Amino acid sequence: MLPKNLKPGDESPSLVKEPVHKVQLLKYAGASGDYNLIHTDVETARSAGLDDVIAHGMLSMGFLGQLLTELAGVENVRRVQVRFSAMVHLGDVLTCKGVVKQITSLPDDRTLVLLDVWAENQKGEKVTTGEGEIYVRQGP
Amino acid sequence: MSAELPTVGACSEPEVFEVERGAIRKFAEAIGDPNPAYRAGDVAPPTFPTTFRVRVPGFQVDPSRILHGGEEYRYERPIRAGDRLTCVRRVAEIYVKQGRLGPMTFVVTELEGRDGEGNLVVHGRSTTIVR
Repeated sequence: MLPKNLKPGDESPSLVKEPVHKVQLLKYAGASGDYNLIHTDVETARSAGLDDVIAHGMLSMGFLGQLLTELAGVENVRRVQVRFSAMVHLGDVLTCKGVVKQITSLPDDRTLVLLDVWAENQKGEKVTTGEGEIYVRQGP
Repeated sequence: MSAELPTVGACSEPEVFEVERGAIRKFAEAIGDPNPAYRAGDVAPPTFPTTFRVRVPGFQVDPSRILHGGEEYRYERPIRAGDRLTCVRRVAEIYVKQGRLGPMTFVVTELEGRDGEGNLVVHGRSTTIVR
């Protein structure tokens, strides 16, 4: 959860995910309906010039969705937006982070908190970057 | 292989998606998100609309030539089990950029998911890059 008295520049707790595993990509293909074989079939990946399968970009966005819901609760995620800037490989450990960018008071007892969010790999490279908007309730 | 690109404004037929508990659970499990509301299948994680696969007419490209550039979901309310969402996908924008390996075409589509009363639940925006 987020601390009280948020201000721009505040950092969210980090979410460190398990290493990306082949079985996870198979599950994600099935659960999402994205059957592009570049994510699940090594031959297809190699014919595309890769060493092995790569993760679905949407999986890393899912990790950022998890970051936002852990901050705000499932009812309070307003928006999540990302750009996929680098590939995610098997074994990569992604860490999701957020920094508060803007806070807007709403007419009710809530504020809308805009965060920069990103997922970075174990080398510190940002693989997926974007923004999230969450509702945070003020008061007691 | 040749690519067939859509035109701006091209729009899918409306398609109804019934949000099932089991589908929510499997989706959360694949992401590795332990949130009890997801694991119970009550509420869908924020990226669940990726399962609403709606084709835009006139968009046929070999998957090996496609990159997913970006994605956005904006919610009016969370998606819950039992929702029946009518989804429409429309081509919002197409532009070309020069990449290192030649021109790349960016196709931006927007998705609207509405409930039975016609209220907007989720708005999505997706960028597909065709090499």
